[in-house]
Amino acid sequence: MTSVPVLETPRPTAGRRLRRGRWSPSLVAGAVLLGAVLALAVVSLVWTPFGLDEAQPDARLSGPSAAHWAGTDRLGRDQFTQLMLGARTALQVGLASVAVAFAIGVPLGLLAAAAGRLVDDAVIGLIDIVIAFPTLLLAMLLVTVYGASTAVAVWAIGIGISAEVARLTRISASRIFTQDYVLAARTCGTRPVMILVRHVLPNIWHTLLVQATLAFGIAVIAEASLSYLGLGTPPPAPSWGRMLQEAQSTVSVAPWNVLLPGLAVAVTVIGLNLLGDGLREALDPQLRRDRRVVAR
Amino acid sequence: MLAYLLRRVAWLVGALLLAGSAVFVLLRVLPGDPAVTLLPVGAPPEQIESIRHQLGTDRPLLTQYGEWFGGLFAGHLGDSLFTGIPVLDQITARLPVTLPLALTAFVLSIVVAVPVGVFAAVRRRGLAGVAVSGLAQIGIALPIFWIGIVVVWLVAVQWRLLPPGGFPRAGWAEPAAAIDSLILPVVTLTIAQAALLIRYVRSATLDVLNQDYLRTARALGYSLPRALWRHGLRNGAATVVSVLGVLLAGSLIGTVVIESVFALPGLGSLLLTSVKARDLPVVQGTVFLMTATVLLVGLAVDVIQRVIDPRLRGSA
Repeated sequence: MTSVPVLETPRPTAGRRLRRGRWSPSLVAGAVLLGAVLALAVVSLVWTPFGLDEAQPDARLSGPSAAHWAGTDRLGRDQFTQLMLGARTALQVGLASVAVAFAIGVPLGLLAAAAGRLVDDAVIGLIDIVIAFPTLLLAMLLVTVYGASTAVAVWAIGIGISAEVARLTRISASRIFTQDYVLAARTCGTRPVMILVRHVLPNIWHTLLVQATLAFGIAVIAEASLSYLGLGTPPPAPSWGRMLQEAQSTVSVAPWNVLLPGLAVAVTVIGLNLLGDGLREALDPQLRRDRRVVAR
Repeated sequence: MLAYLLRRVAWLVGALLLAGSAVFVLLRVLPGDPAVTLLPVGAPPEQIESIRHQLGTDRPLLTQYGEWFGGLFAGHLGDSLFTGIPVLDQITARLPVTLPLALTAFVLSIVVAVPVGVFAAVRRRGLAGVAVSGLAQIGIALPIFWIGIVVVWLVAVQWRLLPPGGFPRAGWAEPAAAIDSLILPVVTLTIAQAALLIRYVRSATLDVLNQDYLRTARALGYSLPRALWRHGLRNGAATVVSVLGVLLAGSLIGTVVIESVFALPGLGSLLLTSVKARDLPVVQGTVFLMTATVLLVGLAVDVIQRVIDPRLRGSA
């Protein structure tokens, strides 16, 4: 059998693409916003304006001032300190939840896409049920048994998101599995594992990365919601959600206390979403091709 | 189609059984004794034992499991530990608050989001389009309870137009008061859900706009709205319908948070207070019912998607 000449087109790697200065506005904006929150969290490790429980009874519900940049709550505790420590909680819980979600979701999705009909059906059924168990309900079930804690929140959020990750992995992967080049590879006798490594993963990893940033955002909101409901990170650990819950009762006298924790959540999530959009634009070959067509 | 429908319904029944089992496993089988968590630390063993007996957790797991499922089929979800009221009665008493809230917000968010999303896609390079998608981005990123608190502060505290929360004791017997107290919750839930939907509608429309068939239609002389209507709608709708299922489920679950913000006596607040009080039968029944609803919505979505998109019908 004579060898067939293969047309090699230089394919820039994703890393090279990023390095070559394809930093779209959303990528930059996302990196800046997230960077700001990350900076707050990191600085809080070594320094905060006040101690977490350092209450000043004579400065209760004071507005923003030189001493208290974000004002104080009804016990006279510094809000900016709580914001900084809250950033740490949000990022930690978010990261841990996404890690749980991907550790469960990606293998499950790949398994469903690669295996036969029976396994696929079983996994779809599992995904359906987990999706039908919204994160909040799962968290409530777990809290009923174990009580509210950060670990319970992480597991609930992680498992909740994992179904979506598995579904996306399965859909993206099976789309690749039906491609002619996979059929060709299979005809040539390429082992399924190699097909996964050489054809499927390179074609879906950017989708998964984007999903990870979006999932991170969802996890941050979920953490805040659980804490707001009193089902998340228990006191004394600070959380944006509980700050809001406490601020709600004093909203008529101290509305500014509501503003900042909400903005903090929004900045984090918008930053993550923009980062996801920017990564998608930078990494997805499909989108890049489309843009060229439009430009022409 | 019929065979598919039958198989899908069989699936639903299986999924319901599994979901019921999952609730049971999470609450009863996983380590952690509800009787112990229910009592203060250092409670005498005989008290723990009596609570276990009251909960029924001292009987064999299989018996409990059988009772839970037997009850499900008989339409009996058990009684509350504290009030002794049947769980099903408690749930139905809360529905007149939660159902109008969730369904109105769901419908309103579609009515708002579909035109706005298409607009944002068609005008994606214009200022208005960018502004709309920017606002939607922000709406998605804001926690729903924050939107609620701000809405309460603005409308109820500053302008004093509507009550900040609560529900008339007489319920729908006082229609005006009931509607007044549901307006702000519905608005809040709609803002949150519409922001999410706008994003999906926009990207579905963008997908369609990039398709060759749309360019062909335009080249044949169709105006853009007409080309979108003839060729885009079906293609875009398939994607959007799948999101609607998630959205309806989200509206239902969102009521848990919304009812907490607005102090509404709905299903969500029933669940929340029961979780905090560790009222096991109520939590078990409410979570199962909510899960069953979400599964049912999922089935409806799948069927609708097949009706819309013939390409799906060939596949499993």
